[in-house]
Amino acid sequence: MSEHHHHHDHDHSELSETELRVRALETILTEKGYVEPAALDAIIQAYETKIGPHNGARVVAKAWADPAFKKALLEDGSKAIGTLGHVSRVGDHLVVVENTAQRHNMVVCTLCSCYPWEMLGLPPVWYKASPYRSRAVKDPRGVLADFDVTLPKDMEIRVWDSTAETRFLVLPMRPDGTEGWSEEQLAELVTRDSMIGTGFPKTPGAPS
Amino acid sequence: MNGVHDMGGMDGFGKVEAEPNEPMFHADWESRVLAMVRAMGAAGAFNIDTSRFYRETLPPHVYLSSSYYKKWFLGLEEMLIQKGYLTREEVAAGHAMQPAKALKHGKFGLANVERVMVRGKFARAAPAPAKFNIGDRVRAKNIHPTTHTRLPRYVRGHVGVVELNHGCHVFPDSAAMELGENPQWLYTVVFEGRDLWGADGDPTLKVSIDAFEPYLDPA
Repeated sequence: MSEHHHHHDHDHSELSETELRVRALETILTEKGYVEPAALDAIIQAYETKIGPHNGARVVAKAWADPAFKKALLEDGSKAIGTLGHVSRVGDHLVVVENTAQRHNMVVCTLCSCYPWEMLGLPPVWYKASPYRSRAVKDPRGVLADFDVTLPKDMEIRVWDSTAETRFLVLPMRPDGTEGWSEEQLAELVTRDSMIGTGFPKTPGAPS
Repeated sequence: MNGVHDMGGMDGFGKVEAEPNEPMFHADWESRVLAMVRAMGAAGAFNIDTSRFYRETLPPHVYLSSSYYKKWFLGLEEMLIQKGYLTREEVAAGHAMQPAKALKHGKFGLANVERVMVRGKFARAAPAPAKFNIGDRVRAKNIHPTTHTRLPRYVRGHVGVVELNHGCHVFPDSAAMELGENPQWLYTVVFEGRDLWGADGDPTLKVSIDAFEPYLDPA
């Protein structure tokens, strides 16, 4: 009998303890009528399809191409992005910080993992992990070296620790050699890390 | 609380290792945890500050050795037990055994999904005028509450300059302990790297935090 005794859907011996505990919790929440499993599926699908760095890239590209939008964006990020239609879910507290020839900006959350989800999607593991969270505020150049990024020695480096519900998006410098490019072309150059401050945009013509 | 979560400036965690072509989730259960946290929060079982506090109160060795979503899971399970939404017996059995506790906003169903994808609003009406102006020098208080706070240890006692005023926001120190929203003025305060890390610190570094008014004294 024993080999016919377990559940039909999965062999539990192949599931991790964590996976079993997560399933048990979902079962309890469902049985108690707190959540509909289909609604959980829909949340996951929304995260997988609706948010991501393409939202931030579109904002950055528009700022590069449109000086009036850039000015508005730096004055009130949430309000300016709210005018863009499909990326209008950013909430009220987005601050856009501009990289210049004199200053490089970098964003961290030392206390947990605060990150502009609506602009960049869910954060990568490294952003949420101890090495980045511990070192970014003390040794940002060392952190940047881990990303093979080097800044000029005398450039100011500004680290924004996201300790409240404000969220920060870095506006990287527009790459040279992109004069006359459309916003769509420019958006292709904008990387996620360039909007966190741990990378630069792609260089025109370089292999991606 | 002075927990291991407050890790700004700590040494010894090693290199930042980025994973090329990282997937959004590394296992299906991670996505279920994310969805359960969002759903139960939206249903009114807890606020975002309380959920952070439960992750911070994980034992330090558990916090440091658990993956991100494992911490979310452990925090969620304990919080729901403590708030009376489920029992340890139910968790052990893997099934509901007790009647449900009413949720403030009711069962989380498909109709509520759109709502969790829109970021919450944290600005509130000001109960009093702001004490500080942009450009003011302020000292981060040397306080060590054993409950939730968003004032990181590495700035406590240090002097910085008010750079931005974000208006009045929900005060996490109160909200996390379910003592009400208690709105407070919120400022970006910028510190010189060498004031924080000493003469050997990077001379080109400036670090800012977003600080609630009760964290600050005039300097």
